[in-house]
Amino acid sequence: MKIHEHQAKEILAKHGVPVPNGIVADTPAEVEAAASKLGTDVVVVKAQIHAGGRGKGGGVKLAKSPAEAKKVANKIIGMTLVTPQTGPEGRKVKKVLVEEGMPIDKELYMGILLDRQTSRVMIMASEAGGMEIEEVAADTPEKIIKEHVDPITGVKPYLARKVAFALNLKGDALKKMIPFIMNLYQAFIKEDFDMLEINPLIITKDDRVLALDAKVTIDSNALHRQKETMTYRDLDEEDPMEVEASKFNLNYIKLDGNIGCMVNGAGLAMATMDIIKHSGGEPANFLDVGGGADEEMIENGFRILLSDPHVQGIFINIFGGILRCDILARGVVGAAKKLKVKVPIVVRMEGTNMEEGHKILDDSGIDVIVADGMKDGAQKMVKAVK
Amino acid sequence: MSILVDEKTRLIVQGITGREGQFHAEQCMKYGTKVVGGVTPAKGGQTVLGKVPVFNTVRDAVKKTKANATMIFVPPPFASDAILEAADAGVELIICITEGIPVSDMVEVWRYIQTSNSRLIGPNCPGIISPGKCKIGIMPAHIHKKGNVGIISRSGTLTYEAVGQLTALGLGQSTCVGIGGDPIIGTRYIDTLQLFQKDRGTKAICMIGEIGGTAEDEAAYYIKKNVTKPVIGFIAGQTAPPGRRMGHAGAIISGGQGTAEEKMKVMRRCGIKVVKSPADLGKTIAKVL
Repeated sequence: MKIHEHQAKEILAKHGVPVPNGIVADTPAEVEAAASKLGTDVVVVKAQIHAGGRGKGGGVKLAKSPAEAKKVANKIIGMTLVTPQTGPEGRKVKKVLVEEGMPIDKELYMGILLDRQTSRVMIMASEAGGMEIEEVAADTPEKIIKEHVDPITGVKPYLARKVAFALNLKGDALKKMIPFIMNLYQAFIKEDFDMLEINPLIITKDDRVLALDAKVTIDSNALHRQKETMTYRDLDEEDPMEVEASKFNLNYIKLDGNIGCMVNGAGLAMATMDIIKHSGGEPANFLDVGGGADEEMIENGFRILLSDPHVQGIFINIFGGILRCDILARGVVGAAKKLKVKVPIVVRMEGTNMEEGHKILDDSGIDVIVADGMKDGAQKMVKAVK
Repeated sequence: MSILVDEKTRLIVQGITGREGQFHAEQCMKYGTKVVGGVTPAKGGQTVLGKVPVFNTVRDAVKKTKANATMIFVPPPFASDAILEAADAGVELIICITEGIPVSDMVEVWRYIQTSNSRLIGPNCPGIISPGKCKIGIMPAHIHKKGNVGIISRSGTLTYEAVGQLTALGLGQSTCVGIGGDPIIGTRYIDTLQLFQKDRGTKAICMIGEIGGTAEDEAAYYIKKNVTKPVIGFIAGQTAPPGRRMGHAGAIISGGQGTAEEKMKVMRRCGIKVVKSPADLGKTIAKVL
């Protein structure tokens, strides 16, 4: 689950990670008041959306007075911010974070994430702050510092020192960086972060160490024990159809094509998208109804697929294991009748109770194209939508 | 022959009194797997499925039943604890079916397992089956057939798809191992490849991967150096958008890493026969045999 920058900073501050003073505001008037309250010569007004690259898109502006802060807020709040990560449709800005301006001396990068190769948490740091870390990794991999953390010990001072020295820090900044890294790791573990990026992490001219930006995602599997963080979920930042699907425990991801897919199992669902593409079609979505789907879930799946106006046909590919084909067939018949489905439906079923499933489809009187194998299904589907 | 599980495997089921646990314990028994006990804390002393004794702890269960394998159906918040308990009790083979375990729990579990004598399969996997001998997991038994193709996969239903194609062509399987769709899993491709290479009953290996991580690349380099048996591969997610988790927690292209294209390229370079379409798995394996 993604959260906003100001929320991430709130959590980090709770764990003793220094962040600039800041106030969240919804309106230009509130921004003006916030700037006066902060009382610094310069404030920064930052759009709060769940996507990176906000600065390049015009979503981050400096202001030298509360009045100017109000003026820039007028432009930012309500704007549709387009960044490389939002896609061309952009994201509407509803909130901004007003922060004190900082006398920056050095911009660094620090990230914490899971390293799948070692199955350990890894700290990544670089002196090339403010840049995309992927670019740094591609151009100058030697500039990236990587340290793996043993879960038994966590980040001990020696490990934090190793990173701080590698970042070429000295004096007060060096001393302050050590608890900064240790606290950052604590926050990562205690709050079940999936990924944490501080870019830039700044050293000020008076040798303070602060997280100037914070990008965090929370492990969705751990939300049961992060009740407070769950209230940070911002549904406006998510695709409405994906939100709807998640209510029914359906795993749905919207894509750009015109063939709606309904599949059981994540791997088979991906493979189904692939085979549609190989057959000359374009998948409209990824949809995994899971192993324990019932008739109601199938119906909800149908409703979600059909609410995408681009969908011109539906390909159902089920390998029945726990999910029985007769249940699936009943769900398909029920949904097709209830929702008065007008687009062609191709069904490929195999596995448990397959014969019974086919009989239910045959007897139903609804117009279903039955396929023998997933290749046949994909080809029939592509033909039907052309 | 087969790997990891066979007629000698003695299985306990952690979470046997739950709906899923009980249903699948019964399915495994029907297949012929020796289900010798179950574990549910505070429900010890009961008997389920007619004759299977329930214990309070894994240690008790192992002591009384001489179990050497466990299948875990414990809900995600408690599943990592169940794995640790099984490892602490010295169970040789731990198969965790549960999907949705927090990553930080698995970081600890992985670390602990390295110092134990147990092997963990999963989590978030369909389990293992050696057709005709032993089934531990949730896969539909009837699609399998005894034979000499070894299957390793991160996915459940996509594995059934491959098995279905093979069986339809009259080709059986030695063992099918679902290693799981999570970013941290106990047993990886390489561990399983090593076992299949040694197993005299396995003549060809089918390796099914997906986007995310670099496990398939590592496996490919390992195959080039160490595996003499033919390997056929497929990677799911050739059309998956970057930055999105495709159902499985581990199926995500991040920072340009873990694309299907890259994995397929590395696998081909290492001598693996990679099929582009999942519908071609069966007949490609038939050809090499």
